[in-house]
Amino acid sequence: MAQDPIALTREEAASARRELWRRKFMAFAFVSPLLLFLVFAFIAPISTMLYRSFYHPTVAALIPQTLAAMESWEGKSVPGDDVFTTFAGELKQLAKKRLSGRLAEELNRVRPGLSSAVKSSARKMRRADDALLKKEGPELLRKANQVWAENSTWRAVRQAGQIFTASNYLTALDLEFGEDGSIQGREASKIYVALYTKTLRIALTITVLTLLLGYPLAYYLANAPSRQANALMLLVLLPFWTSLLVRTTAWIALLQTNGVVNSTLIWTGLINAPLELLYTQFSTVIAMTHILLPFMILPLYSVMKGIDPSYLRAALSMGSKPVPAFVRIYLPMSLPGLSAGALLVFIISVGYYITPALVGGTDGQMISNIIAFHMQQSNNWELAAALGSLLLVIIVALYWTYDRLVGAGNIKLG
Amino acid sequence: MSEFPHYFSIWDKAGHYALRWCAWGVLFFLMLPILVIIPLSFNVEPYFTFTDGMLRLDPEAYSLRWYGEIFSDDKWILAIQNSFFIGIFAALVATLIGTVAAVGLSRAEMPFKRLITAFLLSPMIVPLIIIAAGMFFFYTRFNLVGSYLGLIIAHATLGTPFVIITVTAALTGFDHSLYNAAISAGAAPVKAFWDIVVPLIRPGVISGGLFAFVTSFDEVVLVLFLAGPSQRTIPKQMFSGLREQINPTILAVATMLIAVSVAFLMTLEFLRRRGERIRSGQID
Amino acid sequence: MKYLKQLRNAILGSAALLIGATGPLAAEESLTAVSFGGAYGAAQKKHMIDPYMAKSGKKVLFEDYKGGIAEIKAQVTAGNILWDVVDIEVIDLERACSEGLLEVIPRDILPAGDDGVAAMKDFIPSALANECGVGVIVWTIIYAYNDKTIGANRPGTIGDFFDTKKFPGKRAMRKRPQVNLEWALLADGVAPGDVYKVLGTKEGQARAFAKLDTIKKDIVWFDSWSQAPQLLNDGGAVMVQSANGRIFDAIKKDKKPFTMVWHSHIYDLDVWAVVKGTKKKKQAFEFIAFATSTKPLAGMPDVAYGPTRQSSNKLVDPAVVPNLPTSHLDKGIKADGIFWADFGESLGEKFNEWLLK
Repeated sequence: MAQDPIALTREEAASARRELWRRKFMAFAFVSPLLLFLVFAFIAPISTMLYRSFYHPTVAALIPQTLAAMESWEGKSVPGDDVFTTFAGELKQLAKKRLSGRLAEELNRVRPGLSSAVKSSARKMRRADDALLKKEGPELLRKANQVWAENSTWRAVRQAGQIFTASNYLTALDLEFGEDGSIQGREASKIYVALYTKTLRIALTITVLTLLLGYPLAYYLANAPSRQANALMLLVLLPFWTSLLVRTTAWIALLQTNGVVNSTLIWTGLINAPLELLYTQFSTVIAMTHILLPFMILPLYSVMKGIDPSYLRAALSMGSKPVPAFVRIYLPMSLPGLSAGALLVFIISVGYYITPALVGGTDGQMISNIIAFHMQQSNNWELAAALGSLLLVIIVALYWTYDRLVGAGNIKLG
Repeated sequence: MSEFPHYFSIWDKAGHYALRWCAWGVLFFLMLPILVIIPLSFNVEPYFTFTDGMLRLDPEAYSLRWYGEIFSDDKWILAIQNSFFIGIFAALVATLIGTVAAVGLSRAEMPFKRLITAFLLSPMIVPLIIIAAGMFFFYTRFNLVGSYLGLIIAHATLGTPFVIITVTAALTGFDHSLYNAAISAGAAPVKAFWDIVVPLIRPGVISGGLFAFVTSFDEVVLVLFLAGPSQRTIPKQMFSGLREQINPTILAVATMLIAVSVAFLMTLEFLRRRGERIRSGQID
Repeated sequence: MKYLKQLRNAILGSAALLIGATGPLAAEESLTAVSFGGAYGAAQKKHMIDPYMAKSGKKVLFEDYKGGIAEIKAQVTAGNILWDVVDIEVIDLERACSEGLLEVIPRDILPAGDDGVAAMKDFIPSALANECGVGVIVWTIIYAYNDKTIGANRPGTIGDFFDTKKFPGKRAMRKRPQVNLEWALLADGVAPGDVYKVLGTKEGQARAFAKLDTIKKDIVWFDSWSQAPQLLNDGGAVMVQSANGRIFDAIKKDKKPFTMVWHSHIYDLDVWAVVKGTKKKKQAFEFIAFATSTKPLAGMPDVAYGPTRQSSNKLVDPAVVPNLPTSHLDKGIKADGIFWADFGESLGEKFNEWLLK
């Protein structure tokens, strides 16, 4: 068979392929330092957080012998005396090393109220000498606190002793393990699902508000003479690039009890006593709307600038009314900017921390604030990690949508 | 009423004015906090509100005392030094690796381009609280918590997406075959890069670096989790001030930061125009 | 070789920056002490920190802290020790010490009083009761009101604090279970001697939260003592819970029209303690030995806190004495650090859930 004259020889094809691979490799080589950097500085930390949300060796390291002794325990009635003796001994060692507090904390998380029992029992075990503990450990423990005679306490011990556990995720969803190991609604307070709902609701409110405020402004700017539009754009960009803390500070000055807004309203006679504006959900929404508004305006403006006004003009000159013409023609054309802005605002506000922390009071707190609370105040890092992982899932889903619809590379900076 | 076409009804005209008022109203909302904070920082009284004297424009009611207080307080001085120190190094790191990556990313042959772009930009999107918690867990192992290096790495991470965006934008339309040709002609890769690519993207690189600097300069969540007492920065100092003792020193700092933002914005605008001229071939 | 030159300039530039920035880097070498800020912090800076730096020539970073053990615990658990010396309330000290968050402070580092009495005899016994701390002040938690905003009726008991009918308006309280639960029980009629016994039972805890519920919507929560006088001043609250010294300072220095109510005050000690695992343990001990010697302690009554050494008490201005907590012990109860060591965890969690409800 004769060779097609234009076809490449095998050598040529191979060398073209090699060249392509070389170029691919080159391009990749350029990106790789940043990839490596991000793997260390960004991905590894987030993976560590994910790992911590279910890996929990603390209790297993504190009372290894007790947990080993409990392995044959079936959980139907209080464990045997050997478990009691081992536990009493380990409790004494922990008290001596000042580690009983760690155990108390961990058990308290599984069963609220256990921490004082663990601590006071540990203090009593510490006073007893080893020989006595060996002989009368079980009685001493039962006498120290009645919780040790309860079956549920030991189930809590066993549950806390698991190295890999889903319990943080259950807590984060207001669930818990029931007596038979099945999953059920949490008996103690249920707060986290409500908090996620509230966070999404606040984020949605902010998105709608930025849209209502941003759309007319973007439309006005896009249709203004370009000189004027450029000048006015600076009034959008200046707040955008002003420090977040500066803007939050300003909102505190505006909204506090004797602040600018209240004194103006009193001065005009609209109200007699100052309104409670700061440290509420209202102040969170207002301040965040202000902070995120440019994220809505910038993509809208750049899309609207590309819309040829003659379409609308044509419709109008052919007798269509302005409002229907706008809804049927202009709105659909501005949809890419609208969805880009709305998604971006929503994504950013779902994970917002600083502004709610500073102006939110108690009812303006969002999910990020409770994560920070568990990181910094209650020191329940595993629960914080689980709550954070759930938040991350929401964000990744939204970001994926954004990338499909808008393309991640099209984020507008000004 | 000649500015409206004949087919406009009275309602359409009203709508037109409503739109204008609406737009100016939103602009006012955007600028209000900035406009309020500047005069308040000159309040002679230790309050966050306008006093009668200020409203009467009584010169006695205004003073520079809070500005003086910033510079007589060791904590603020340390915070200012730290913010610049961390910001500059974070921006340098971010700009260096971000620029190189953007050049690779803008090549047509880049494999998995979309996925990798989305990944490289994700530090902008992932909530800071998640990044902060993760870094707190992970950096501890390397003794990076409570150290300058840790904060520089953390802030550089946040800065890279900005560099990617600005440099990629500067590279739109750049013909990579120029660079390839230079290498085929025997130029050393680094020299070829420096002579051919760098002049073209310089405005983009500089504005990316500025963005990275400002990001670090303004960042507080990671600082709250990763900084020790010696690494307090301006935002951290403001954050704790806002949570505890509210006094107008914070407003004075805020006003100075607004001045920084104005300078920043003007530089960016200058760079943007320059970049446009470079791309349209007016500057070689 | 243009690009090499530019590269060289860049490197030289960053090197210059590095050298210029040794200011911030040098700060890493100094001892970090944290305390409560505000008027109290200012008194400590004047009488403890500054004299220590002058005498030893070593630098001390003096930072604010809001109280509680969370931050200390985070540092010790993660192994990032950022603070060296902490001024901690005894209500938190017992718990922090029993959980292994603090170093044991050897008593032989403490110098004798200026009058020559050995340290162990000079300190009041409760100042050295816990091995992890050395007492600094005797202080107390009272509530105060603003004469201008309170109206015609004047509150005088803890019951009045919880009576929103007779005294409408916001009450400011520090956001934690400690003291608030005690006050709730006292206001509910529990005898002062039984407060901690009742609070140790489930019923008692429910009773305390139920009492707090009656004023929940009128409570303004704050995080740090320094906010208390501000809230009273700017009208954020008509009554505030406060450390007595902050109100004293506002009355004395800023001539504020505030009045303190001593009924059912809860007094406690503050101690200097050392965070477990600090690399600067020796210097921390040296600082504490200096800061709890006779002279520095004698400066604490500047803000109406009683010193913990008898030799310092002798130096106190007699005019201040009626304002010291020790002059009102009959009207209050002592905070029980051991109770809070056992119950801090579980009541803290209950409290937070109650807040979010």
